[in-house]
Amino acid sequence: MLVLLSAGLTGVCLAQGADLRPPAALTAGQPTVIATSGSGEASFYLLGPGHTFRKQVHLGQEIPLGIDQVRTAGRYLAILCSANGCRSALFYVTPASPASLSFLAHPSRVPVKQLDAISGVAFPYDKFHNLVLAPVTIDFQLKSSVGDSISRPTTTQNGVAWFRANSSNQAGTAQLVAAVGDLSVRRVVQQVASDPCNLRVKGQRTAKGILVETEPVRDCSGNPVPDGTVVTFTETDPAGKSTVDMPIKQGVARAQFLAAGPAIISVASGVVMGNQLQLGGQ
Amino acid sequence: MKYLMPLIISFITAILVAAGTFGPTRLGATTGITSGSALPGLSSAAKTPEQAVDKLLNEIQRRNWGVAYAQLVDAGNIDEALFTRDLTGNNGSLRTLSGLESWRLQPLHATNDEAQIRATLRWSTAVGPIRDVRDLKVLRQDDVWKVVWPVPTFPNLPAQIVPVNYLRWDLVTPNGEGEWGDRAVDAPHVRIVSMNAIPYQNGCVVMGEVVNEDTIPAFVNVNATLVDGTGKSIAEESSFDKISHILLPKQVSPYRVDFPNISLQEVKNVRMDAKATLAPTSSDPVIGVMNQKVETDSEGRNVLRGSLLNQSGQTVNIPHVIATFYDSNGRVVWVSDGYVDRPLLPQLPEPFAVEIPGPIVGKVQNYHVVVNYYNIAKS
Repeated sequence: MLVLLSAGLTGVCLAQGADLRPPAALTAGQPTVIATSGSGEASFYLLGPGHTFRKQVHLGQEIPLGIDQVRTAGRYLAILCSANGCRSALFYVTPASPASLSFLAHPSRVPVKQLDAISGVAFPYDKFHNLVLAPVTIDFQLKSSVGDSISRPTTTQNGVAWFRANSSNQAGTAQLVAAVGDLSVRRVVQQVASDPCNLRVKGQRTAKGILVETEPVRDCSGNPVPDGTVVTFTETDPAGKSTVDMPIKQGVARAQFLAAGPAIISVASGVVMGNQLQLGGQ
Repeated sequence: MKYLMPLIISFITAILVAAGTFGPTRLGATTGITSGSALPGLSSAAKTPEQAVDKLLNEIQRRNWGVAYAQLVDAGNIDEALFTRDLTGNNGSLRTLSGLESWRLQPLHATNDEAQIRATLRWSTAVGPIRDVRDLKVLRQDDVWKVVWPVPTFPNLPAQIVPVNYLRWDLVTPNGEGEWGDRAVDAPHVRIVSMNAIPYQNGCVVMGEVVNEDTIPAFVNVNATLVDGTGKSIAEESSFDKISHILLPKQVSPYRVDFPNISLQEVKNVRMDAKATLAPTSSDPVIGVMNQKVETDSEGRNVLRGSLLNQSGQTVNIPHVIATFYDSNGRVVWVSDGYVDRPLLPQLPEPFAVEIPGPIVGKVQNYHVVVNYYNIAKS
């Protein structure tokens, strides 16, 4: 077999005339026949990218190829060997129409109002998992939770299509859909609040000291910053400096300090600074 | 003649046994090697204040709490259980995972009947050695010096209910099924916001701050690679425990990477790498850092002192303080850390101090402290 393969590939016994006539165009998974001429017995070999077999045939009859023998797209070599020598013919099997999509969406979380932050890449495959290399139009759609939607039909190049989009101004779940005909694949991208904006703190004296509390913490688009986000309160008084990293709860962060004298309160979240507050002594 | 040799051997043995039994104890014994008197109670009485403290510390090192307690001058004033708890720790604190390794004594003043000795204790712990400085009063009673052990205070925590409703983030691991591209959740996005490399002692130190920019918690580790003039990597090291590994959203942590044997002059470039992974965590407990001040301690060292206040309802077993020091331009000039060997009980302040190296202290204009913690139940 290896000898025959190498012979076929190096052209030692190239096809001569129309003794072996494979179909001119063949789609993956499509049953077909290879016509032969002459008379007598011969050995038929089919070498394909995903399947190889040998069978005895009668020359002059058609050789049937079933679905399983041509399900993988690519280059096939048919070889017919009789007492008079070997003949071979090349033919190609092309992928069938798209039957599935592999769709990669990135990232899974994205801050709002980011340029070209969302990307999607789609690969169409036929039902035999052959990558469809012929141009296919894939319709990318981005639907936000508030109803905004963008659609961008894109034609594949060499079996791949991609698109980029900005994240919307509003936080929430966005659905990213890639569709070909009736076929569609859905991915979810979480659009999350960006850095806090206009971080403001207010404070009041209580019996226990100073109670400080932020105003509802939002980003510059007005989206509430998620609970659990850390806000750092810093209180400076004659006794020293006190700091608390306090997570936001129900939209605001609160902290209690035990200072009795005059105090300066400042607030920050990540690399964002807020206002400064001066409180007099009791 | 045939009895001479056995007699000589017996005589020498008797002398050695007597010397071992009644002889003075060794100073600064090695961990794991039994030291002190062979037969407790038969050792000689302390003739000097240093000897009294040394004998006491020897028994503490050997974990002979009863014998150590009997050597105190105020044995009637301090409860033995309290004395033992002061030395063995409680609530899963770092002291429960410690052993007294060695000590150094320094007389502060002495009269005929009273003396004060500064004992610098070195404890070997699960996270490395820890220093503990105690000024001990020593009194002479009936010609014997005995130590006055300061009465430790263990606050009684009143019964109470602390409502906790902070967020918790759980991680769901896929079961291996599902289509390709449908199972990925991106790692948290963290960013190194500052980096500074300075020479320190015989090596160099790389330090700075890292922030979790994401909306979910991150487990963070910072690695630094030193590169020489030819572009060749000469050393690589991670921040190990000089960082708060779990960062909640928008939380900032200092990091410090030590290269003890690499001179900064050999380094042309530093490659930084912050690795972040998803981590299930909770935003509880919240630990406040109160009344921070840069001061000079009793040994003349510059320290940042303050107290930690556990604002949640659960006990924190091993608190770890990491302090960032900035110069007048807001640049990180040093990162210092230290473990607290007592647990943080809910709502009760616990003092801490971290050292600032002498050459750095003049540059320090501001500082920020974060508290990392290790809980036995969670580790």
